[in-house]
Amino acid sequence: MTTLKFLLEHLNFYYGGYQALIDISMKIPDRQITALIGPSGCGKSTFLRCLNRMNDTIPGVRVEGRVLLDGQDIYAPGVDVVNLRRRVGMVFQRPNPFPQSVFDNVAFGPRVLGLASSRDELVWLVEKSLKAAALWDEVKDNLKQDALSLSLGQQQRLCIARAIAVAPEVILMDEPCSALDPIATLEIEELMKQLKEQYCIVIVTHNMQQAARVSDWTGFFWLGKLVEFDETQAIFTRPAQKLTEDYITGRAG
Amino acid sequence: MTIRETFERELQRLQDEMLILGSMVSNAITESVDILKRRDMDGARQLIAQDRLINEKRFHIEEEALILIATQQPMAGDLRVIAAVLDIAHELERIGDYAKGIARINLMIGEKPLVKPLVDVPRMAEKARSMLERALDAFVRRDVEQARAIPAEDDEVDSLYEQVYRELITYILADPGCIEGANYLLWVAHNLERTADRVTNICERVIFTVTGEMVELGERNSRLLEPIRKT
Repeated sequence: MTTLKFLLEHLNFYYGGYQALIDISMKIPDRQITALIGPSGCGKSTFLRCLNRMNDTIPGVRVEGRVLLDGQDIYAPGVDVVNLRRRVGMVFQRPNPFPQSVFDNVAFGPRVLGLASSRDELVWLVEKSLKAAALWDEVKDNLKQDALSLSLGQQQRLCIARAIAVAPEVILMDEPCSALDPIATLEIEELMKQLKEQYCIVIVTHNMQQAARVSDWTGFFWLGKLVEFDETQAIFTRPAQKLTEDYITGRAG
Repeated sequence: MTIRETFERELQRLQDEMLILGSMVSNAITESVDILKRRDMDGARQLIAQDRLINEKRFHIEEEALILIATQQPMAGDLRVIAAVLDIAHELERIGDYAKGIARINLMIGEKPLVKPLVDVPRMAEKARSMLERALDAFVRRDVEQARAIPAEDDEVDSLYEQVYRELITYILADPGCIEGANYLLWVAHNLERTADRVTNICERVIFTVTGEMVELGERNSRLLEPIRKT
């Protein structure tokens, strides 16, 4: 495994009295793609949201154990959650651009965080982010167009550009292709492979072939537990656990 | 009902088709030597014609396997079964070619008598057939131990081959006029020896199916065979 980005130690997560994640320990490498698979309700999205404390906004949740990002516990007292979420960005299942122009969508984060000191720098940052998200060529002639007028696949790449614009270190993706057609899906997958050169990417997906195609590491969740975590090739060719084999061959779930 | 009933049925059918191919090929091997022993020209022509059915069966299996891969996206153990079926079907088809080759030799020898009575050659055929059938049985039962044990028996086939070789050399030395006839029989023995080698390949696929590991089985240690293989 290359450099470690996240180290999770005995993570337990509760929604009130319900335990959604049970004793999860895991190492997530930097500059690689880690896929999380498992049936609906197995805890993989909850797990993803633990990585940038998105679950904090839900009343009654409780977290035990440690989540170390570059060795620092993100649940320690005094952690700046806004800064954490800048470092650990997120892309959701349905593209959710703001009802603004393409430019303003990407410029939103840098403006709020004051990342650009001049208009020129902001323009440069927007262009750089759109290029990194492989959307620039399609929108460069009309950056003022309404983001909602883009195709769904373009909107999703816009959301990725928006996430990239604030210079994150990790990009979390919660089923980023489930609302997209096959071509748009493959475009996002190609993009992910480019992005992993610079970022740590963690993706939740129901699409097993997608996990097999794009990821370097795969974790299989079942009823709140991490059943198996290994190199993707091993998981999809000869998993160590029978439950994993039953799930990926479509016999359990 | 299991979640993937249709897929499981199709996967089972694919393996059944492969076993049918296996029995066609195993019969062809025994038949080819029997025909040679009987000097049965019609039988030889019939066996050569039947090889087409073996080839067709193999293509059919390949097609079904590719359809399963394309439509069902098999993973892990399922994918290994399909990959193994593809490979084993190929090995079986080649064994079928060896049987056809023996039938051809029978036609080439034509009306001339065999240079010597067949004693070890039928033994080789019987041994190779028995190994083949048990290898396919190991596949059906996913029996790694059996698959590991069978290739050791290849040594017996190899030593029978060497025996046949030496015997034929003595015939040639005694009467150079029988070089052609002895050569024909040597090719028959060679085909049977190769059959047993391909059974070893099938055993390797059985182990791959169960464990996911690619292993090489069987020491090919016959001194006689090395120069032949290099050609």
